[in-house]
Formats: sequence, structure tokens, C-alpha cells
Amino acid sequence: MSLARTKPLLLPLAALLAFELWIRLAHLQSDSLAPPSAVLAALVAALADLTIPIATRDTLLAAFAGLAIGSIIGLGLGIAFGVSSMLDRLMEVTVEAIRPIPSIALLPIALIALGFGYRMEIVIVTFACVWPMLILSRTAVRGIEPRLMEVSRALRLTPVQRTIKIIIPAALPRIFVAFRLSAGIALIVAVTVEIAINPLGLGAGIMLAQQALRPDLMLAYLVWIGAIGYGLNLALIVVQHRLFGRAATAGAGS
Amino acid sequence: MSATAMIWRMASFAVAAGFVGLWQLIANLKLVSPVFLPGPDRAWTALVRGFASGDLASKLVGTLEHMAYGWLAASIAGIALGALIGSSRLMRTYIAPSLEFLRPLPVSAIIPVAIALFGLTEGMALFVIAFGAIWPIMLATIHGFAAVEPRLYEVARALQMSRPAVVFKIALPSALPDILAGMRLSLTVALILSVVCEVLAGLDGLGHWVLLSARAFRSADLFAGVILLGAMGYVTSVAMSLAERRLLAWQSMR
Repeated sequence: MSLARTKPLLLPLAALLAFELWIRLAHLQSDSLAPPSAVLAALVAALADLTIPIATRDTLLAAFAGLAIGSIIGLGLGIAFGVSSMLDRLMEVTVEAIRPIPSIALLPIALIALGFGYRMEIVIVTFACVWPMLILSRTAVRGIEPRLMEVSRALRLTPVQRTIKIIIPAALPRIFVAFRLSAGIALIVAVTVEIAINPLGLGAGIMLAQQALRPDLMLAYLVWIGAIGYGLNLALIVVQHRLFGRAATAGAGS
Repeated sequence: MSATAMIWRMASFAVAAGFVGLWQLIANLKLVSPVFLPGPDRAWTALVRGFASGDLASKLVGTLEHMAYGWLAASIAGIALGALIGSSRLMRTYIAPSLEFLRPLPVSAIIPVAIALFGLTEGMALFVIAFGAIWPIMLATIHGFAAVEPRLYEVARALQMSRPAVVFKIALPSALPDILAGMRLSLTVALILSVVCEVLAGLDGLGHWVLLSARAFRSADLFAGVILLGAMGYVTSVAMSLAERRLLAWQSMR
């Protein structure tokens, strides 16, 4: 068992070691590469002097705010479209016309309307998070056992009661999968916006490290961003297992 | 398409037209400053004027080129590497977990590293787009290869097929749905990364165009660029659906 677990670690460790040795032995002086030991040192130093923790807070703040707003809008629209097929059919062309716009293309519009800062980033993250939420929660609502809807009609529940008591609980496992997907997208979009233009957070930090010709710090940021992405995904998978058990992960991809 | 579906589709278009009308109304009444929000009429004029002068067309081609080259390179490399890793159990145990670890990494974080390595060049853009687009394709290929019906491999052994023959005649066709799904996902990634690279490196393309328009507060040109980017996203995704249906037609016959 322990052997099987260590096997996947062998390759990355060997690669890191080879990289370290190559740079040390070749006495490479580079503006773009640094040995793993230097990267680790830079990471520890940046964690200790709070530059990385502060940048992380900024990035996650923007990502989570956009995620929250986008999820609520997407969920609301998704439930409405899922319940009423009339609404869904009427909005089809509008949705299909707006959805393919790459979120990053909104960046200049948000920039001139809102300027630099959190608001502009949050708007773009929101736009990106609405669509997966809308599409997947619409499918989830449509997939609800029709008898549950009959029960709600028999009980004469109002639309609000029906949404809260029947629809959301029944579709929740699949809605959570959509949320997990959106969370990943939110982080990606936030970092991308920061790298492209917004002087905030981890993306701006890594760009600054590159421009300051600090490859060790730049790669430390890269490792840290990767770790955040991995950690966020892992945490949401754990929550999903806790809340919904194995049933929810079936058919959800990994 | 049946008559009722036609009517619904037309009603849906009418709703979309209503939204455009609303947008025009908001712009005409100057509810939002025209500096930020041009009416659809002005955006359309800018679009036509841009194409008439040839400016916009060359930017469109620029973005299409970035996207297409990066995506094609990623597709070829991703399928080849995925096939190599997926068809060998040894590689699957040693390499695949490291790849899964890298999956949630926000790929745009590689941009500063690419800039440090290649400078603000076309080569940098190609590297970033290909790097970002390769993951979905490679992971889908590995997954597709791992999920091939084991009996098909038994048949291959019984027929004493060579390893290339097994890959090309059995594994690739049965992994095709996964691979195409990965390629579709990559297409979106490639478009987004093309825009980001153009924004950052000032490469000829729509990303650069929208940024310049935003800086000069030419909002009509800006919206024209964003509309074009949306159209690009839509057309490429429709083309991909058509290709998928064409290539997978044999599967539905079973």
C-alpha cells in the first residue's frame, strides 16, 4: 500500500532533483529559471513577510465575491429556466448569443466603466460564473423526479415554497457540482484578470516578480497559485463527499 | 424542424431583438454615459467601418491564427502524449497522478514564466496557448484510453495485433468521444488565452484592438471587438459540434 502511494511521487521528485542538479552544475544564471531550492526559499520568505498571504486574500476575495454573485444569478435563472420551459425557449437565443463571449473580452469594458480594483475583477468573475451555474442547474431542475412536482402541486405550494422546499433540495447535489466547477473557473478568471491588467492579488504579484527579474519569486508564486487551485478543488470535493456521499460524484466527472 | 419549434425559435429571436431594442433605448436616453455604453447602432456602424477599412478583419485573422495554431499544436501533442501515457500501465501509475495534480492550476499563471523565457513575442503566445489547451485534451485522451472495453484488448491479443495497430484501430476510435470533448473545452481555453496574450504582449489581434479602444475611450469600436469575439466563440463551438456529430456518427449506429 505504502509503495503504491509513493509511486506517483517518484516522478515529480526526480524531475525536481534533476532540475536542481542541472542548474547547480551548469552554474546557470538566468532571468527566467531558478533552482527548486531557491524557489522554496523565496516562497518561505514571501510567506513570512506577508506579501503572498495578502495577495492571496485579495485574489480570493475577488474570486469568492464574483463566485457568490454569479452563482446566485446563475442559480436563479437556471431554476426559472428549468421550471418554465416557455421561459427557457423564449430566452434561448439571447442566452446563446451572450454565453460564448469569452469572459476576458469584457475586461476592457469593465476597465473603462469601473476602473482598476476589486469591482472590475468581481464583475468579470461574476460573468464567468453565471453560465456553468445556469446551464447545470437548469439541467438539474429538469431532472427532478416528476412525482415530486406533482406532490408540490397537490400540496398547493406557492412557487416560492416549491422552490425552497422541493426544487432546491432535490437538485442540490448536482447544483453543488456546478458550484465546484464555478469555483475553479472563478479562481482562474481572477488570476487571469490580475495578470492581464488589474494591479491586485496573486496575478499582479507574479507579473511584478517577473518584471523585477526575480525568477525564484516568480516560480514561488506559480507554485503557490497551483497549490491554491489544488487545495480549493480538494476542499470542495471533500465537502461534496461529506454532504452528499458518493451518489453526487457519479456522472459528475472528477 | 417542426412548425411549433419554428414558432418558438422565432419568438426567441423576437425576445433577443427586444433586448437589443432595450439596449438602444437605454443608450438613446443616455441612462448610461455614452462613453461607456454605445447604442447597438453605433456598435454596428463601428463594426462595418472597421471591416470596410480592413483594420478589424486583419485583427480577427490575427486572433484566429493565434488560437488555431496553439490549439492545433496542443491537439496533436495532447493526443500523442495522452495515447503514449494512456496505453501503458507503467506510465499511468507513474505519470498520470502528477498530471492530475496540475489540472486545477490556473494556466494563465504560466504567462509570466513564458514572458521571462520568450519575451513579448508570438512564440510566447503560441507556447502559452498550447500549454493551456493541452491539458484538457491530454487528460481526456488518457481517460479515454483507460476506459476502453477490456475485451477489445483481449481480441487484439488474440489477433496478435501490434501495439501501433491496437492504438490506431481500437484505442483511438473508442476514446474519440472523450478526446473530442477535451478538444472542445480546449477551444474555449485557447480563445481566452489568445486574447490575454494579445492584451499583454501587444500582438496583432482582437485582444489588442479592444484594449486600445478602451484606452482611447472609443466605446463603439470596443463593443464591435467584443461582439466579434463573441461571434468567434459561437462559430467555433458550432463548428466543433458539427465535427463531433460527423466523427461520432458511427457510434450512434451501434
